[in-house]
Amino acid sequence: MTEGIKKVLVIGSGPIIIGQAAEFDYAGTQACRALKEEGLEVVLINSNPATIMTDEDIADRVYVEPISLDYVTEVIEKERPDGLLATLGGQVGLNMAVELAKAGVLEKYNVQLLGTHLSAIQEAEDRELFKKAMNDINQPVPESDIFEDVQSAMDFADKIGYPIIVRPAYTLGGTGGGIAHDDDELFMIATRGIKLSPINQILVERSVAGWKEIEYEVMRDKADNCIIVCNMENIDPVGIHTGDSIVVAPSQTLNDLQYQMLRTASLAIIRRLKIEGGCNVQYALDPNSNQYYVIEVNPRVSRSSALASKATGYPIAKVAAKVATGLTLDQITNAVTGKTTACFEPTLDYCVVKFPRWPFEKFALADRTLGTQMKATGEVMSLDRCFEGALLKAVRSLEIGVNYLSLKKLESKSLIEIAELLQKQDDERIFVVTQALRLGISAEKIHYITGYDMWFLKKIKNIVDLEENLRRNNLTAENVQLAKRYSMPDAVIAGFTNKTEEQVRQFRERLNIRPTFKMVDTCAAEFEAATPYYYSCYATEDEVKPLGSKSVIVLGSGPIRIGQGIEFDYCSVHSAWALRHAGMNSIIVNNNPETVSTDFDTSDSLYFEPLTVEDVMAVVEKEKPVGVICQFGGQTAINLAAPLAKRGVTVLGTSVDGMDRAEDRERFDELLSKLNIPRPDGRIATSDKEAMSVSKELEFPLIVRPSYVLGGRAMEIVYTEKELERYLREAVIASPDHPILIDEYMVGREVEVDAISDGKDVFIPGIMEQVERAGVHSGDSIAVYPPQHLDDALIDQIVDYTTRITLELQVKGAVNIQFVVSRGKLYIIEVNPRSSRTVPFLSKVTHVPMVELATRIALGETLAGMGYPNGLMPPKPHVAAKAPVFSFSKIGLAEIALGPEMKSTGEVMGIGKTYSEALYKAVNGAKMKIPAGGTILVTVADRDKEEALQLARGFQELGYHVIATAGTGKYFAEQGFPVDVVKKIHEGGQNIATLIRNGKIDLVVNTLTFGKHPERDGFNLRRMAVELAVPCLTSLDTAREVLRVFANKGKGQGYHHVAALQDYDQD
Amino acid sequence: MRGCLVLENGQKFYGQLLMDEPAVGEVVFNTGMTGYEETFTDPSYAGQIITMTYPLIGNYGTLKDIQQADRPYAAGFILSELCDRPSNWQNEGTLASFIMTHRIPCLYGVDTRAITRAIRSHGVMKGVIVPEHMADADVQSLLATPLETLLVKQVTPKSVRKMGDGRFHVAVMDFGAKANILKSLVKNDCRLTVFPAYTKAEEVLAVNPDGIFLSNGPGDPQDLPEVIAEVKKLIGKKPIFGICLGHQLLGLSVGAKSRKLAFGHRGANHPVKDVKTGRVYITSQNHGYVIDEATLPSDAIVTHVNLHDNTLEGFAYPKYNFFCVQYHPEASPGPTDNLYLFEQFVSMMEGK
Repeated sequence: MTEGIKKVLVIGSGPIIIGQAAEFDYAGTQACRALKEEGLEVVLINSNPATIMTDEDIADRVYVEPISLDYVTEVIEKERPDGLLATLGGQVGLNMAVELAKAGVLEKYNVQLLGTHLSAIQEAEDRELFKKAMNDINQPVPESDIFEDVQSAMDFADKIGYPIIVRPAYTLGGTGGGIAHDDDELFMIATRGIKLSPINQILVERSVAGWKEIEYEVMRDKADNCIIVCNMENIDPVGIHTGDSIVVAPSQTLNDLQYQMLRTASLAIIRRLKIEGGCNVQYALDPNSNQYYVIEVNPRVSRSSALASKATGYPIAKVAAKVATGLTLDQITNAVTGKTTACFEPTLDYCVVKFPRWPFEKFALADRTLGTQMKATGEVMSLDRCFEGALLKAVRSLEIGVNYLSLKKLESKSLIEIAELLQKQDDERIFVVTQALRLGISAEKIHYITGYDMWFLKKIKNIVDLEENLRRNNLTAENVQLAKRYSMPDAVIAGFTNKTEEQVRQFRERLNIRPTFKMVDTCAAEFEAATPYYYSCYATEDEVKPLGSKSVIVLGSGPIRIGQGIEFDYCSVHSAWALRHAGMNSIIVNNNPETVSTDFDTSDSLYFEPLTVEDVMAVVEKEKPVGVICQFGGQTAINLAAPLAKRGVTVLGTSVDGMDRAEDRERFDELLSKLNIPRPDGRIATSDKEAMSVSKELEFPLIVRPSYVLGGRAMEIVYTEKELERYLREAVIASPDHPILIDEYMVGREVEVDAISDGKDVFIPGIMEQVERAGVHSGDSIAVYPPQHLDDALIDQIVDYTTRITLELQVKGAVNIQFVVSRGKLYIIEVNPRSSRTVPFLSKVTHVPMVELATRIALGETLAGMGYPNGLMPPKPHVAAKAPVFSFSKIGLAEIALGPEMKSTGEVMGIGKTYSEALYKAVNGAKMKIPAGGTILVTVADRDKEEALQLARGFQELGYHVIATAGTGKYFAEQGFPVDVVKKIHEGGQNIATLIRNGKIDLVVNTLTFGKHPERDGFNLRRMAVELAVPCLTSLDTAREVLRVFANKGKGQGYHHVAALQDYDQD
Repeated sequence: MRGCLVLENGQKFYGQLLMDEPAVGEVVFNTGMTGYEETFTDPSYAGQIITMTYPLIGNYGTLKDIQQADRPYAAGFILSELCDRPSNWQNEGTLASFIMTHRIPCLYGVDTRAITRAIRSHGVMKGVIVPEHMADADVQSLLATPLETLLVKQVTPKSVRKMGDGRFHVAVMDFGAKANILKSLVKNDCRLTVFPAYTKAEEVLAVNPDGIFLSNGPGDPQDLPEVIAEVKKLIGKKPIFGICLGHQLLGLSVGAKSRKLAFGHRGANHPVKDVKTGRVYITSQNHGYVIDEATLPSDAIVTHVNLHDNTLEGFAYPKYNFFCVQYHPEASPGPTDNLYLFEQFVSMMEGK
């Protein structure tokens, strides 16, 4: 090991955003543990509380503080680490290391950068240096140049011709990049790219779109030993970001010459860059020759390395961390076999498919086109012995409302329409491709249009042919055998053969066609493996040794998506650990390759499977566990509770009936009336006419949504009858099958409680209050613990309601309740009979191991038995704020205004002695980039003008220059506060659009209005702000708190007091 | 047609037969994910039934240029999925038609992982590929067929041939050399005189080569006493480089012992440590026998060791000016990390 290194600082990746998700919690957690295993003291900084890595037992000192130069410097000053590990915190960690080095901080405090050297990072990241490095070793890169102004980029394009690809330097997931086909497109993309790049630099290069995209995961140690962990082939050719591509591992269409050619290149590259640790190399390979280009090198662990780790069983992050401490690969044990070393190349005996999960159901009008800018929030992975099986498993793991490679909306499309859709590069392409094959469009033609390799198309054709076989021949031993080998669900087979799912199941079980489970062991069974990591397939031999009578299954939460993020993985992991502590064997079923829960170290057994009833039942039948825990895997797992119970599976914790009473609207209403607890008045309407008429019985504003939400624009707040009419006209169609729910929208403060109950006592670790008023989804609000604006009487009432509801539902485990306080009165909004998004946050700030308690209660223990009281725990003397983080810049045309539909992708926590300090840190950690001065544009709806006025005055007092659009400005002037008035976008001329584009506006405060012009105007303004990276606040509450932070800061309150979570323990 | 693999220990594995001919041979497994065609045409597999652990085989078709011999010498192939519609711009035909052209029995659609696990736990076994309904007595009598031991005879060329026109004249003892070994030598500025396996040492030395190369080949090195006798006569006369069987023959020639591995090393991912530098190389391997390191003469130098099981992967004998490796630096298939050994051989011939 490197001498003199005793204490190491690890930088995490911060909040989850598109392009940087849970994979870095997995990597960071592994890294921290690996360092501790080597006897090092580990200091961690990460602003994201919803992570396992920020648990106090993962690192010796955990700082949940903003990842910015000032805060990290302060942590270094305080902790004096000897080494810094920055290659496991994604691009954020890497950029931070570069910044620290440049600012002289590392030198000043004598901190050694471990693993990959700064020069290597710069050579891989700086395009010019990278190109030079590649030229040195004769590795071809596409013709390209770097520019800092748009005109030079345009001149270059003139020289080499279109299409041209633009990539901003040092951005995540290719943010701001794109392919330009002409001058106009290049102008737009280049302008944005230069702005978004932290060093205002873009790379412009020849496009190799349409070539095969191949990736290699490479490891190297200080002794220059190099290995390939895994290679991967994107089904979507070059042109679609690999994070948005369907990917297979290993490559399927490369012969050994091609495989070795790129392998050899990968080793040459990692050696040239002298990377010590893991790196990812991406290639474009000509499908018609052996010509290739190196597209990109990531000198760190990445999303792809997390995928490669799960695909092979080789723990890249763990090994990379050990290599960083100076160990060589042959000194590190292969954790899977326990006998061999980490210095070998895994070999697979199965096929892996990764499928991205996109957030478009949250952004109905967003641009679904896929390109060089990643849009997926998460992904699923599946393994099978054949490609068809892995693909079908991946599709049903996505939870996008389909259990098969078929979309309802495509079924009615004509041949011509489908042929046209094939041209589109969007999230539905593989469904369109399949439909095209069904309609008889030739694979050759589809290959020509989409660039999908013929191999993949022929495999999909196999599936389509099987459909026809099932339709024509009904159930036969042969076709059912094949269907199951392709992992076609019983329900889908039933659909093709006009049978019921049950009939299909009986048919195949009579023929003894049953799933078998195989092990992922890094070595294709060459060595005996010690790690129970399984996938299903329909083969002959089953390798599972069931864990026996003391096992419990924990259902995971599937892919990361908006509304169901890493928080639920945190809960699943803790539940598995709690089972272990309780002397039980834990079994996790999940399909998300990015997460800690699917690390084979987390549970006693890991099944990498889709979370559907049939797939989970196969595991249940194999393992015969005591029961299944559904309350930690978010809605994914909760939705499985009832169907599993129906098949005789014991659901541990809250009963299925209890869950149903909380989730079924009518039963929930009954429950509340019985308990005499109020909720906002509401109605159900089954027609537009009925909706209009019941609205008269209610008080506007109203919150409206379809009872059955599946994509599309779902929830909205309407303030007038006219707006309701528009909603009914444009957004939903009410019908007896699809009624809409209409509730009074209570303007007020939202409060959220997470409680633990054993059915007898109810323990409430804490109450959280939200900054944004009700109407903004709780996941998008800033939440504060403990509450700052609630009096004791109200808190007593919250405790009372929580206790009574929880006991009435007989909750055995965790429950989450959301309240609104409107005009002094407390109402219930909803009850979730499961662990919630706020559990990690609350666990961290209160030091209550909530998931462990809930798990042990599910096993039969009691609160009293574990030493926890009934009622609310007294608040801690510190304050914590959780702020949402959005990824709007990645998704073109997405509406950014906050509303009842959740839009944030991640969260950060600020913790401090005071409310202001916590909030300041949260706002900073969330990188809201609120400037400390400059020009602020205020343009708000009529109903918000009065409140906006006070805000505007406050900002002016702080020295901001306030400008407003006509309506807002006129109101301000009338109230004796004249401001400069600027034109709206549709008014033409020198207007807010030109001002923003020219960098004259530093902050926008804008609230949602309806009606024709203003609506489009507001939308365009918000989008423009996002595209040009100008902060835009769409809730006056957020703006008010931001103002407060700056006002207090102006008064000399310093907020730079970093403290580790372990320090807060003393409180 | 349905068929099955019956192992010596009675285990049966069912699948589809490409043709109805039965096969008998030693059942081994190879863990490479690419390179099936190079593997199938590697003469060292003579007499063996090769199980491919990667389940999707035939994906990129076949390409004459990468074949390691004029035909496959293996006794049979066992595959999980046999791809009937390959895709690659270099593809010249399906793997199925290649196998059928050479009439090598092939069982596919089998749970190859189950077979691998069986071999891993019992060691390599004799096995037969037979039609599903073959009478048990017939299966048993087939299983009782003794396996051919003089495999080198099957694969070695009948006559002397010449290759290349480089600076260094290398005499190659061809025990079933893979094509890429010869190509690699030629690429390294060698001109080759390739001799059949049983050529006398005098005859080899008569061409006055700059160096001698001992190739890979099938079977147990102890079955080749006549060859060992000739190798003994070559040692010390010229710089010598040996690969695989060549390495084993050099070992036996200097008095070391060989032994059989439980299930061999066959694949493209085996780590080998260069003892001198400490560097680890990923290697392509195909061998069922090893030279026992402990039996090497004390003045021989162990140069390479397998990181998985610490078996001997290479040694040098400075006294006699030779070196040899158990693994396959010529790759084909597999990693090309070890081509430097051919350069090392050239340096040796240059007297450096």
